Amino acid sequence: MTKRDYSLLGPDSERAVETGLATAEWYHTDIPRKEMKALMQRSDRPAIRDAMILFGSMIVLAGIGIALWPSWWSAPFWLAYGVLYGSAMDSRWHECGHGTAFKTPWMNNVVYQIASFCMIRNPVSWRWSHARHHTDTIIVGRDPEIVAMRPPALFRIFLNFFGIFDALNGWKQMLLNAAGNLDPEEATFIPEQEQHKVIGTARVWVLIYLATIVLAVAMQSILPLMVIGLPRLYGAWHHVMTGIMQHAGLAEDVLDHRLNSRTVYINPVSRFVYWNMNYHVEHHMFPMVPYHRLPELHEKIKHDLPAPNTSILDAYREIWPALKRQLRYEDFFVKRELPGSAQPYREDLHEQALSVPAE
Amino acid sequence: MAEWIDACATNDIDEEDLIRFDHGDRTFAIYRSPNDEFFCTDGLCTHEQVHLEDGLVMDYVIECPKHNGQFDYRTGEAKRAPVCVNLGTYPVKVEGDRVFVEI
Repeated sequence: MTKRDYSLLGPDSERAVETGLATAEWYHTDIPRKEMKALMQRSDRPAIRDAMILFGSMIVLAGIGIALWPSWWSAPFWLAYGVLYGSAMDSRWHECGHGTAFKTPWMNNVVYQIASFCMIRNPVSWRWSHARHHTDTIIVGRDPEIVAMRPPALFRIFLNFFGIFDALNGWKQMLLNAAGNLDPEEATFIPEQEQHKVIGTARVWVLIYLATIVLAVAMQSILPLMVIGLPRLYGAWHHVMTGIMQHAGLAEDVLDHRLNSRTVYINPVSRFVYWNMNYHVEHHMFPMVPYHRLPELHEKIKHDLPAPNTSILDAYREIWPALKRQLRYEDFFVKRELPGSAQPYREDLHEQALSVPAE
Repeated sequence: MAEWIDACATNDIDEEDLIRFDHGDRTFAIYRSPNDEFFCTDGLCTHEQVHLEDGLVMDYVIECPKHNGQFDYRTGEAKRAPVCVNLGTYPVKVEGDRVFVEI
């Protein structure tokens, strides 16, 4: 059984570079240039519509929550507001970070900054971290965004349904950055000329949190924190639920997103919150395609992809047994079957990773 | 010593698009702007050496297909993270229906 070291500074990081898994060329489904060019085209309209629904709903829900406070009748409104703050902002952070949600760059930037604050992810550090995730998706020792490592830390994942680990880590990181320091791992993927921006942003955030806390103390109430900060905890569950589906239980150290990513058909409300990132194989294979064109991309290339999971429940029926098995046997993973119409997996590219038992 | 190389025909490139051009052991990207002008840059993104040929041209910007970094292909200027280092650019001239690049 192979012991893994997920740190970006450890032996598995060096091994990935030596074996050619780092910054490698990945499999892409063939798609004519004209069709791909059409799919990549940007538009402001869908994202403006969605932003108006999102921010409008947040204002209304928080307003009702404040009006009904401290009655328990306010709870459902806070729970809904929390999902928009602590989960929908995760997908907004993601799409606007790619710069694909809006056509107009400043619109991407404004939503990216707001979403980064809500998710307590430094907008500079996490832009670079996510770039690495796309370069070296689920490559051990290279990808800083692997959620379900092996053996899976199930208790930590459970705590994250309430944002506990990630939010505390985000606040800790914010204080570290605000004090003028960078984490040694961050320094491996953030270029020197960008590092001062990490610190500047963290200092602004500390001021916002301080103002919120001062207001809460002055009001002798946690109400201001129900609007800013705490929703990252009580509204995190949806983004953790959907985020786990992306890669958990699938292969590591492979160069084909069909092997390490999962596309799942989900309900329309979750698709709004998740901004179509349930089409995750498609997103990784072609990150230039905006979220609102992913269903079309899926239709064009699904002949070459493993069958999608049919629902969130169906995905968890695959993930949960795999994670439990990885607790005892770390090398286990689910190898997803390709349809007859698909190009075969290029096993020669990652023979070692696939030579261990799989289902 | 730089020389003018016959790279492609003008109609090999759609408006607001690019193609790959390999010469010797080097690789380039040749662009046709929305205003029917032609430009040439290095072919590989300065961030992680991904070829720009599958990228998206929007006005005078080329976006890298891997991480969405952007360059102004007229000047090579890096416009959007994660790219920080500018692209090399090369003079281009059109003679008849042929595009020449000075390399």
